[in-house]
Order: sequence, then structure tokens, then C-alpha cells
Amino acid sequence: MADEMILIRDAGHSYDGTRWQYRGLNLNVMPGEIVAILGPNGRGKSTLLRSIVGLNRPNQGTIRTNGLVGFVPQDFSAAFPYSVLDIVLMGRARHVGAFRSPGRRDSEIARGCLDALGLTQFSDRSFDSLSGGERQLVLIARALATEAPILLLDEPASALDLRNQDLVLGFIHQLGRAQGLTILFTTHQPNHALAAADRALLMNDGEHYQIGDLSEVLTESNLAALYHLPVSQVRYDHEDVELTTFAPTFRSQVERARSRRNTA
Amino acid sequence: MRWQGGEPLSLARSRLVIALLAVALVIVALASLGLGRYEIPPLKVLRILASGLGLPDPSLIEVERNVVFNVRLPRILVAIFAGAGLALCGAALQGVFRNPLVGPHIIGVSSGAAFGGTLAILFGASRSMLLLGAFAFGMLSLLMVYALHALVARRNMLALVLAGVIVGGFFGALVSLVQYLADTEEKLPRIVFWLLGSFATADYEKLALILGPILVGGILLLLLRWRINILSLGEDDAQALGISVAGTRWLILALISLIVSAQVAVSGVIGWVGLVVPHLARMMVGPDHRQLLPASALAGALYMLLIDDVARTATDSEIPLGILTALLGAPIFALVFFRSQRAGQNG
Repeated sequence: MADEMILIRDAGHSYDGTRWQYRGLNLNVMPGEIVAILGPNGRGKSTLLRSIVGLNRPNQGTIRTNGLVGFVPQDFSAAFPYSVLDIVLMGRARHVGAFRSPGRRDSEIARGCLDALGLTQFSDRSFDSLSGGERQLVLIARALATEAPILLLDEPASALDLRNQDLVLGFIHQLGRAQGLTILFTTHQPNHALAAADRALLMNDGEHYQIGDLSEVLTESNLAALYHLPVSQVRYDHEDVELTTFAPTFRSQVERARSRRNTA
Repeated sequence: MRWQGGEPLSLARSRLVIALLAVALVIVALASLGLGRYEIPPLKVLRILASGLGLPDPSLIEVERNVVFNVRLPRILVAIFAGAGLALCGAALQGVFRNPLVGPHIIGVSSGAAFGGTLAILFGASRSMLLLGAFAFGMLSLLMVYALHALVARRNMLALVLAGVIVGGFFGALVSLVQYLADTEEKLPRIVFWLLGSFATADYEKLALILGPILVGGILLLLLRWRINILSLGEDDAQALGISVAGTRWLILALISLIVSAQVAVSGVIGWVGLVVPHLARMMVGPDHRQLLPASALAGALYMLLIDDVARTATDSEIPLGILTALLGAPIFALVFFRSQRAGQNG
């Protein structure tokens, strides 16, 4: 019972007291587990992450975490052109007294985190001069520098090209496996869950949830109900393994295919 | 508001710049001791200072000692502390508000302090009452900003700026009212000259008043300089990193009010220094507040000292500081602005 890293009991949050971002939510996350949170826009995914970090307080129920929480925002723009190393160093804030500046050990940890994500060559560059994918990795490095056992990532791969999605998802998976971090991330892509998560939480309409192993929760019917469009599960072979992916069916694509067929 | 330019610089270079600023400040301060209607050569200034430290020098005459110790030294020290304090406040505020266009006036404290001072002049109060009035109303205006801010539901940065603008505007109107009520023969000119800012009446009493608040406020702000980096990331980000955002921000605002109130009390309202100097410092040492705050303090002291040297030596009568800082500050700010925007486009 005391082993859960994140314990959410009947929690709910509403900004105005009438419309609930999420409500009646129960979730236990064990150490080293990676959970993907899926749901349409505006159904409380980010609000839930913010509640767990402590940026808002749930209006009902409880959310408990067993240890510090590192948070990776979707993106942010620094008001001043800080260097990448300075940004990562700020992850040390909890470990440095209010009237102090970070010391040698903090710098070593920050450099180690940059190194772990292959960012060492960027350390003196301005954060703003990096690409979206590189910035995302820097923000992950900063969250690692907090030395928190729990890591929350808000749509870490949504704004990235395929190669950078691959890179970020690979790191998420590796951080869970190799470093035993407990990780929650939100995404719009069921494939991201397949690439990095152990379990998935589907947030349907603020009060209906499905939580479980990927094979249980990520089904054609669940995803079709979640996004209100047909989703097909496709199995294919890649080298020596069989993989699964989810393909959405966009209406316009169907219409165009039909009109092509009819004119032919 | 994004500010281009001031790219990250190497730590070694920033430290060198800070050391050079400190050396320049000492040299300019020594030179300023010799400057004025009664000119004293630099070497003699050094001998006079040495005599003050207990090395008797029979070749010195009492007038020279008097000019250096009782007229120029307190004035120069007040200018140094006022300039350092204002620039430090500006750099800290620009970080906390994540906005390079704010200066110490944004939280309404200088207007409040100005009202306290003009009110004291209107009632013909003593000089210590003027100092006390300016200081008290400066701190009162921060309390009013705090109270206004506490009344609104969404306590964010914008609400804080608006509260500052409201309080500043209110006290600005009261200052105008006092000027309107003041008799035009004697009190109105005094009020106008005091508001324009000057170190002409600086003495050890004023130095004593400004020293405590600026040392306490300044040292604490310098110690908080890395926290300002984190606050400058924005409210949510700083809080997610584990910082008590509201507490740290109000502590910084209180320290700034302490410094600005003390400065206005002894030398009137001096605009532009807190806005312009942090930009110059950012060009020299980069955006990291760990280097920016000490560099701003030194550059502010240097800037203020040079302006005061011009104010007291350029013409036979003193030029009010507020006029000089604005006359000089506006074009410098324009230059910094154009330079940084161009740098942003190229980079």
C-alpha cells in the first residue's frame, strides 16, 4: 500500500466549480512504471498533470506522491536568452537554499544530465536558439537534474518530427527501465503509448476513464470512442519482430478515395 | 515581451567585466573627489584620503581636507549607493517581471515616496521629516500594491503590474495636487527641485539614512540573484521547480521598495537609471542574474557618479539629475534597443 509512487483517490478538479476537468479519478502508479495518458483536447490531461505536480489543488479527493516530482512542460520560452546549461542547472532549485547559488556539485549533476541526453555540445548555446526537439530534450534534462523519482511530461512528443519523437520516446522508455523512474506522460498518439508506456489511462469525458495494460485498453473500439473516428489496429512485421500500430481513418481521406474510384 | 541580444557569455569573461567595472568605479570615484570648482589633482586626493586614515600630512591645507571630506566624499558615496541601488532594483525587477521594459517605477514606490517628500515640503516639515515621509510613503505604496493585488481572484503578474500602475498613478496625482496647493514663491520651487533629483545637499546624515536600507536590501537581493533566474522562467515553471513563487517575489519587491524609498528620500526621484543600466550590464555580462546583478550594481554606481559629475561641473549652477538621466537615458536606451533587435534578427 505504501509502495505506490502516485496515489490518486476519487480526485476531481474544476476551475469554476461547475465544469470538471476530471472527476472521480482513481489511479495507482507503482515504482518504475510508465503510464501514458490519452484523451481528446480539453479533457483534463494537462490539468491532471498539474494537479500531481502541485500547480493546482484538486477540489475533491486526494492526490499523493511518494517523493519529489520533476515536470517537463510542453514548451516554454525563457524571457531571457539563458544558456542550455543554466536552464538545466535551474532543475537544482529544490536542492539549493533560497539565498544561495548552485555549487560545483549542482553543476556536475546538470552536466551529467545534459550528457545523458546527448546534449553536451549544446551546453553553452542559448536555449532559444535550439530546435523544438532539442528544447524538449533540454527540459527533460532539467527535470532529471531535480533528482526526482517521479517524472511528468506534458505532451513530450506532440510538436516534434518523427525522428525527434523516436528520440524522446526512446529516452522516456530508457529512463523508466534503466533508472527506475516513475513516469506519466500525456499524448495524442496511441503509438506513443505503445512505444514507451506500460499502462494507459484514457480520459473520455471528464468522468469516464479506462486504465489498464496497453493490450487491454488500447483497442479499436476504445480509441474510436475516445476520438470519435474509426481507428484500425494494424499488425506488421519489422525485421524479426511483429509490431502493432494504430491507424486513424480521416473522413476526408475516405471521401477522396471514393471520388477517385468513382471517376476511374 | 521578448528581449533579443545578451547571449550567454563565458563565465570568465563576465567575471573579468565585473572586476573591470569595480576598478573603474574606484578610479572614477577618486577622480570625482578632485573634480569641481575647487580642483584638486588626483595624487593630492590620495594624500588627503591617507591623512583621513591617520597619516598626518602637514603640506595639506584645511580647505582641501574640508572640500574632500565634508563636501565631496558624502556626495560621491550617496551617488554611488543610489546608483547601485537603483540599477540593482531595475535588474531584479526586470527578472521577476520577465520584462526588460520595467524599472523601479513600475511598482509605484517612487511615486509614493515622491508624495511623502512633497507633502513634507508643503507642510514646511524639517529635513528629517522629509526623509521619513518619503521613506514611509514609499513603503506604504508597496503595502497598497499588495492589498490591491490580494483583492483580485487571479493573482498573476499582470494583476501585480496593474496594481503598481494604479498606486503609482494615484500618488502621481497627489504629487500634482500638492504642487498645485503649494505657494508659488517658496514651496513650489523647492518641491520641483526636490522632485527633479539632486545630490547637492548630500551629507553624512543623508548617507547614514541611505546606507542601511541599500546595504541590507542590496546584499539580500544579491544573495537572491539565482532565485531571480528561476522566477524569470515564469510562475508555473518556477513553482514546478519547487520555488515558493509568491513568497520570493514579495520578498524581492519589499527589498526593492526599501532601496527605492531610501534613494528617493535622500535624492528625489531619479528616473531611467534602473531601466537603462541593467540593459548595459546585460550587454556586458549576459542574461544570467548571478552575474547581471553585481554588474548592474557596479555599472549603476559608475553611471550615477559620472552623471553627477556632469551635473555639478558642466555649468555654474547645478543641473537637476532627473533631467540628465532622462536626456542621457533615452538615447542610450534607444541605442541598446536597436542594437539588440538587430542582433536578434541576425542570430
